[in-house]
Parts: sequence; structure tokens; C-alpha cells
Amino acid sequence: MTTATAAAAKTDIGYRPRLADNERWLWRLMLAPAILYIVLLVGFPFFLSLYYSLSDVTVGSRDMNFVGLESYRRIIDDRTFWTALKNTLIITIVTQVFMLFFANILAMALSVDFRGKWLVRLLILLPWVAPISLGSIGWLWIYDSIYSIINWTGQALRILGPNDWPIWLGQPNLAMASIIIVQIWRIVPLATVIILAGLTSIPQDIHDAAQVDGAGFWRHMFQITFPLLMPITLVAVLFGAIFTFTDLIVVFVLTRGGPYDTTQVLASWAFFTGIQAGDLAGGAAISLFLFPVLVAIAIVFLRLARRTEVT
Amino acid sequence: MATVEARRISKHFDEVRAVDGIELIAKEGEFLVLLGPSGCGKTTLMRLIAGLEQPTSGDIVIDGKIVTDLPPRARNIAMVFQSYALYPHLTVEKNISFPLRAIGMEKGETRKKVEWAAKMFGIERFLDRKPRQLSGGERQRVALARAVVREPVVFLLDEPLSNLDAKLRNSARDELKQFQRELATTTIYVTHDQAEAMGLGDRIAVLNQGKVIQVGTPHEIYGRPMDVFVATFIGSPPMNLIEDGAHYIGFRPEEFLPREIGGASDSAAFPFRVTRVEYLGADHLIYGVIEGRAPEAHVISKLPNNIRVEITAGQKYEFVVRRTDIARFDRASGRRVDGGER
Repeated sequence: MTTATAAAAKTDIGYRPRLADNERWLWRLMLAPAILYIVLLVGFPFFLSLYYSLSDVTVGSRDMNFVGLESYRRIIDDRTFWTALKNTLIITIVTQVFMLFFANILAMALSVDFRGKWLVRLLILLPWVAPISLGSIGWLWIYDSIYSIINWTGQALRILGPNDWPIWLGQPNLAMASIIIVQIWRIVPLATVIILAGLTSIPQDIHDAAQVDGAGFWRHMFQITFPLLMPITLVAVLFGAIFTFTDLIVVFVLTRGGPYDTTQVLASWAFFTGIQAGDLAGGAAISLFLFPVLVAIAIVFLRLARRTEVT
Repeated sequence: MATVEARRISKHFDEVRAVDGIELIAKEGEFLVLLGPSGCGKTTLMRLIAGLEQPTSGDIVIDGKIVTDLPPRARNIAMVFQSYALYPHLTVEKNISFPLRAIGMEKGETRKKVEWAAKMFGIERFLDRKPRQLSGGERQRVALARAVVREPVVFLLDEPLSNLDAKLRNSARDELKQFQRELATTTIYVTHDQAEAMGLGDRIAVLNQGKVIQVGTPHEIYGRPMDVFVATFIGSPPMNLIEDGAHYIGFRPEEFLPREIGGASDSAAFPFRVTRVEYLGADHLIYGVIEGRAPEAHVISKLPNNIRVEITAGQKYEFVVRRTDIARFDRASGRRVDGGER
């Protein structure tokens, strides 16, 4: 009798505890892929390159000796390193300034309703969804020394004289400008989307109140809209700065760091030194210079973003 | 101080006629309430007056000048929003001084004005705080101070009390009325709350489906509703309507009384079968059916508690309404046809 009722009770409930109910193991299981990913694809390479940078490892030999800060001393003595560092900073900062300028204009334009808005949105987003390498190759043709459409158009419109024929990727200053233009072209879509999200999160009432309170276009923009956008703008700059700072594809495709290493950036210089020239230790040391700078940027911006947080 | 006038103003959003040819005048120094159910166009009408919307046709006239094509900032109006719309990144002081800085007022003068406005609403202590550090009631005062500070010719208030809790709302309503009296500034106030409308308004404009149905003092609106909509929209519970041939007969629940109380002379008597009695503290609501009518006429009587007549559910009583309190409405058009004078 008792066994019968017990069996009946069990079938009545008809329920075996599953993994989804197991609070002890479920969270570990859910977190495991993320942790594995970080450990294997971020942590391991990071510590490996730390170790490489303190050794004399090269591509061509199996020997590996600990040499302390020797590789760092070697790079700091190299003038190309300082050029690369300077170029990286210039490209990053100039790109961010222009990015903010264009992204704000585009975001404001897109926050207004008009016909065919989806098409404009799509076109603006395209540079972001296209692979950087493909985009860069497109720009390579635009900047081509013989067929450059910029020069051709410039001459057709008489902006350029008959004998003016800038070699975009062959003259150091123009080459830097070319790289910066591509970086801006690539990063503006993301910043636009971020700032657009920020714009739409400002309640319409606030804009209405500012209008009724007598604010004209500029006062409205600089005293209401921009301050309210500040936290999210910082996020856009944080992303933009990190993407630009660490990018090597644009430089690699357009100039390979040339002419004469004048457009080298840290990422490309690390690649050329470590992989193409086989000096793994040197490459690791160069790329590790990126790390403290990026950590500092991240900390500064996240703090600023928190301080300017508004409800 | 100014008059505000809407001249045949219309605003269509695609097919929807949010505001449909409204003619309305707010007199100088008047407290005019726009009252109506949600979606009746009252907020759109206010936004048209503020210049936040452009009318499809018609004109807005403030102080005798046509301002239809002027932007909001050129109209010298102030508006308080339901959400208060304080600038979250600015301190209370900067919030209040914003309209003054916008017209380029000199600094010392601005300070004086801000202090004056802050004192008026008792928020001097909060001047250095950010809006998020304030309670709902305090925010509402800041919003009012910001509206008052540059002494506009018109106040536009869009349900400014609806985000306050019930207790605070009553005291805020009282204060609001006092400030308006003191400043004697023409005020247009949007609400869907009839108690607020009755308590605050010098006059009430009842809106429905983009049209003004009736404009009048709270007395006129309540005592002599122009049509079935106003009759049933105003009053809680609403006016009883019973079918009577081509008409509706209408009377207020508090005018529908037992014979012992209501008296016999000059009254219409109804046999009233009580179905339910609801105790509401100060009043009883008595639900029931008037007998001998097809279709069944469900009506409500509202008896103050100090009337001590025993009424129980299931019983029949004779209830009366004074003939002067009975209103008649045309069933087809809903318009009032006669009676109900007060």
C-alpha cells in the first residue's frame, strides 16, 4: 500500500530535476564558453607575447633565451618606432575629431523623419559592415597614382591645375592624410549609430522645453543636446580610438608603412618586425606598447562617462 | 498678461483630425482648463498654442498678434510639462535661469530673478542640486519656477499634477491656483481629471474628438451640459440617462433621492428597484433599475451619509427628481433640448 502510493506520487509529479534547474552547475556551464574564449584567445596570447618580448625568440630558430628588457631597449633606440608611435597618435586623434564632427551631423540628420531614410541609413552603415580589407582595397584604387579618380575629378572640375597630379600614397603627408581619410570613412558609421541611439534616448519633452524656454538652434545644441549626449559620445570615442589605434589593415593595404616608413603605425610596425622580418621578440615588445596606452584610454573614458552620467 | 485665441485651428496627422477647427479664447488673466478624454486633442491644441506644432489651417493669436508662424521662443510663453522636462545635466539654479540666459539677461539681474522665483516656490535650498536628487513634488516646483521666472504673458500647463501622488496633488492644486491668482497671468491648463478642472478652472473647455463641445464655468459645465458627452464625461458617477421616446432624460445621481428626502411637490417620481448599495465613506452609491421601462433603465443614486434612510438591496422604493433638475437630450444628435436650469 505505502509503496503503491509512493510510486503513484512519483508518476503524478512526473518530473526529474534537469540541468536547467541546477543552480550549482548551471551558471558555471553558461559562463564556461566565455571564460574559455578569454583564456585561450586573449589571455594566452597576451602572456605569450609578454614572455616573447622578454626573450630573444625569432621565427628562424628554436632557441629562446631570457634577455630581460633588451628587446624594449632595442626598439626605443629605433627611430622608426618613434615615427610609428607619433603616427599612431596623430591618426587616432585626428580621426576621432573628424569622426565626432561627421557622426554628429549624420546622426542629427538621421534623427529627423524623411522619405527614403532607410536607404540613407543603409548606405551610411555600409562602410562598417564591409570588411576593412575590402574597403581599403577600394580606396587603394581611388588613390591610385595613375588612375586616381580624385585627381581625375579634380582636373575635370578645374580644382587641380593641368600639371597638378598628387601621388596620394607616395608623398609622406598625403599618405598620412589618405590613411586618416580611410579611417574616418570606416569608423564614422559606428559612431553615427551610437550617437543616434543617444539622440533618440533624449525625451522629446526636453527639446520642447528648451524651445519654449527660448533656446535658439545653437544654444539648444550646445547647452542641451551635446551635454546630454556626452556620456554616449565618450563611448563612441572610446570605441573609435581603440579601433583606430589598433588597426593595421588600412596601413598595410594602402602604404605598407611607406614611403620610407613615414606612415608606419605601431600595429603595422609590430607586424612587419615580428612576422615579416622574423624578429618575434621585437614585434611582441612593440605591440605591447599599445597595451598600457589602451588601458589608460579605457579607464579615463569609462570614468568620464560615469561622471557625466545623467538620468 | 494677454489673451490667447485659437481661430478655426486644425491639425491633421495624416487622416487623423487631432484638432478639428477649434475656436477658443482665453481671456486676460483667466485660468482656462482644457478637459477631455485621452486622444481628444487637448495636448495637441496646447502644443499648437506653444508653437511646438504647426497647424494644418487656422491661426493662433496671442495678445492680439497672429503668432502662427513664430517659433515658440518668440511667443513669450512658458510651459510646464507632465514629465516636468527639467534639464537633467543642469542644477536647479541653471534650470531656472535657462530662459533668462536665453534672452541674454545680465547676470546680476538673472540672479535676482532666480532667487525671486525659487523663494516663491520654496525651493531655495535646492538651488545647487541636480533634478535627479529631488522628489517628484520638488521637481514640479522647479518646473513651475522655471516657467514663472521670465514672467511670460501666458502659462501653458500640460497635466502638471498627474505625476504627483494623490495627497500631494491636492495641496499642489491649491498652491497652483494661488500663484496664478497672484501673478494674474493668463493660464491654459490641460487635464483629463475633472476634479482638477472643476477646482482650478475659471472656465472649462470640454474637448472631444478634436472639437470643443462646450465652454463654460465649472457651474455651467456641470449644471447645464450641452450634450450627452459632456453630461456623462463630467461628474462621478456620471449623469443618469434614461430613454424616453425620442429623448434622453438626464439627472445627476445626487439629485435622485428617496421621496422622504426629495419631497413631493414639483418632482418626478420613479419606482426604483435597488440592486446594490456601495458604501464609499462619505457617500452611499445606490445602484438599481427604474421599473416599467423598456429597455431597462439602470441608474445610480448618490446619497450623503448624513441622510439616514434605510435602503437595502432587493427592495423597491420611490425615488424623485425635482423637475428643474431634469435635462432632456435629443437621442439622435445628443444635443440638449431643454430644462435643467440652475
